[in-house]
Amino acid sequence: MSIGIGLMLVLFEAKFLATGDAIYEKATRFWLSIFALVFGMGVATGIIMEFEFGTNWASYSRYVGDVFGSALSAEGIFAFALESGFLGILLFGWNRVGRKTHFFSTVMVFLGSCFSAVWIVVANSWQQTPAGYHIVGEGLKARAEVTDFWAMVFNPSSMVRLLHVWTGGFLAGAFFVLSVSAWYLVRRRFEPIARPMFKAALVVATFFSLFQLFMGDRSASLVARYQPAKLASMEGHYDSFAVADMYLGGFVDNRREEVKGLKIPGGLSFLVYHDFKKPVTGLHAFRPEDRPSQVNTIFQCYHLMIVIGMAIIGLTLLACFFWWRKKLFDHRWLLWAFVPGVALPELANLSGWFTAEIGRQPWVVYGMLRTSDAFSKQVRANQIIFSLILFLVVYALLFVLFIYLLNKKIVKGPEEANLRQKYLQSPLRDNPLLHAGRP
Amino acid sequence: MPTFLGIDYNFWWFLVFGAVLSGYAILDGFDLGAGCLHLMLRKTDSRRIALRAIGPVWDGNEVWLVIGGGALFAGFPVAYAAIFSAFYIPLMIFLVGLIFRGIAIEFRDQVVHERWGRAWDAVYCVSSLVISLSLGLVLGNVVEGIPLNEEHEFAGNWLSFFNPFAILVAITTTALFMLHGAIYLLMKTEEQLFRRLNEFANSFTILFVICFVITTVYTLIYLPYLNTSLLNHPVWFIFPLLAILSIANVPRRIRMGRYKRAFISSTATIALLLITVAIDVFPNLVYSRGLPSNSITIHNGASSTSSLHILLIIALIGVPLVATYSTFVFWTFKGKVHVDEGQGV
Repeated sequence: MSIGIGLMLVLFEAKFLATGDAIYEKATRFWLSIFALVFGMGVATGIIMEFEFGTNWASYSRYVGDVFGSALSAEGIFAFALESGFLGILLFGWNRVGRKTHFFSTVMVFLGSCFSAVWIVVANSWQQTPAGYHIVGEGLKARAEVTDFWAMVFNPSSMVRLLHVWTGGFLAGAFFVLSVSAWYLVRRRFEPIARPMFKAALVVATFFSLFQLFMGDRSASLVARYQPAKLASMEGHYDSFAVADMYLGGFVDNRREEVKGLKIPGGLSFLVYHDFKKPVTGLHAFRPEDRPSQVNTIFQCYHLMIVIGMAIIGLTLLACFFWWRKKLFDHRWLLWAFVPGVALPELANLSGWFTAEIGRQPWVVYGMLRTSDAFSKQVRANQIIFSLILFLVVYALLFVLFIYLLNKKIVKGPEEANLRQKYLQSPLRDNPLLHAGRP
Repeated sequence: MPTFLGIDYNFWWFLVFGAVLSGYAILDGFDLGAGCLHLMLRKTDSRRIALRAIGPVWDGNEVWLVIGGGALFAGFPVAYAAIFSAFYIPLMIFLVGLIFRGIAIEFRDQVVHERWGRAWDAVYCVSSLVISLSLGLVLGNVVEGIPLNEEHEFAGNWLSFFNPFAILVAITTTALFMLHGAIYLLMKTEEQLFRRLNEFANSFTILFVICFVITTVYTLIYLPYLNTSLLNHPVWFIFPLLAILSIANVPRRIRMGRYKRAFISSTATIALLLITVAIDVFPNLVYSRGLPSNSITIHNGASSTSSLHILLIIALIGVPLVATYSTFVFWTFKGKVHVDEGQGV
């Protein structure tokens, strides 16, 4: 979501710089304060990830450190440093630097967050479609060593998945702006600011929801080629000699190896081969220990993601239609539909990640290292339970705080973003000691 | 063994990692230190100013920890895996500390209510202490050595981490950070509000020196393996010597009111102490107590040459880049923090 709000910030601030219109200044400052909250939460909850590789997945770390480590290091030194460095100016420098410098900082933070997605998607994609490596050693001491850095970076799936992830982020941000603007519009508050915010976000949302459909299709083709077990799980397809159906929704019974649902016969075959009649590799082609066991979970997550994706396209196109008819803000039911809209891309992004990661099981590096061989052998179960409960409690607390503060900011709205009343009334402002010795 | 300018890649990466670690200690050291002493500031306005002094820069400082972790993971994955899984519980507590410190800084002024502010002040202080102490504890244990088996994995009990040396190092680190943080605050604020900090700074200096002396004596008596490098190459005694000189310089500069110079001295102290530690442990990364042959060194714990080669290139491009724009950001916020300045957006 930081990536998405970052994009909207860049757009709003650019418009402000170009037109000098106070409306865009207020929009920018409002979303900056929301961004601060979201980014802060992101840093707080995300910092654990880098440590988790070592604490919980020590065997994995030893196995892939040679390959994966350089991607992670690049993320740290190029992306995190960039976004965190300029964040200071972004949030605290409005009155300190010129408009152009501040805009530059906004762009740098946005680019930093995008660039950080690059490296983490490269690393995760290497786990899905490994490339540019060779295996050294055997048994317990086996590890992957990098042979070609660029082959590792541009492994078969990284670029497509990167675009897919970026677009998911842009949609999350755009829909967040749409939600908040729609809320203001139905409550008839801040209308002069909410209308342009809504329109700008609608353009972004419409474009990227259509683009995401295209990227999704490209991703599925990659999965078909490189991770056939995952593809088979996504649609609950077992028999390798049968034509594969595409489901609009349903339920997979893994024990009976049956799917019950609404289907397009041969739909998956068509997706993969552009031929409704061609068989697709099924789960039976793999030994049970080499294919995912949670087939229904993968099926549901995958379909949830698609259903939401389609819903988003429908909703945004409908809104665009009314905009063209100049009746966009006349239909309150449409605005109400957008208010909870922020949940849609977030749910879709999460479902997508679940599909990707659960679908890759039992492998942590597809075809090379099993998840069951990757965990830290020296860490005991009670330690893991301790940390699980600890973080469950901490994250729950953080979530409550997040919602509370977010709500406060939204209720306060963009008009008062410039005012920091408590500081103007600070008792020390007129303290003579403060002025002693100053010219 | 491929070399660059006559030094092999493994040694280079040891230097890079050490530099990143020092950078982290110097940068996050001052905002952690400022956090540790936060509750010593009594007035709400003093606390707000102290937070505003570190507000724009603390996140960028913390990134060096992430970069350091990444550098360890990438260059010395065996050491990374061993240390992080061995110190599981202490690291989890450390992470919770990190989370709450960041949250406390960002959230403190979001609600204008006295109890809210005071609660988050306490969280900020306690979490800063937790972070500093656990960092010192991990450092102390890694330096002194932990029991490792033939697969270079931890073979002990995590309760053994609370031993005298590690606790000493934890307290020494925290004292040094508090001194460093106090000087930073003195540098960034108007002196009238922080007369007390002046007194704190001197107390922290004394506290640090005492801890440092005890730690050094303990090392000389009980940890012979750490002294071999220095005793074999006495010329390297210059580093601890310079460290002592720079810490001695601090109270002098504070008395003169030259806070920038005091800050440079405390920065130098941190760097020189870490260099001394590096000399002490070299070539080990994680010494194995009991069975030294199981130690993880910069050679047996490292990535392949090709990986180190890539990493060195990344570092060569990345570090100057980060240094450049970080300098720009610090420069943007140069000067004293004022109470009537609008904070953030």
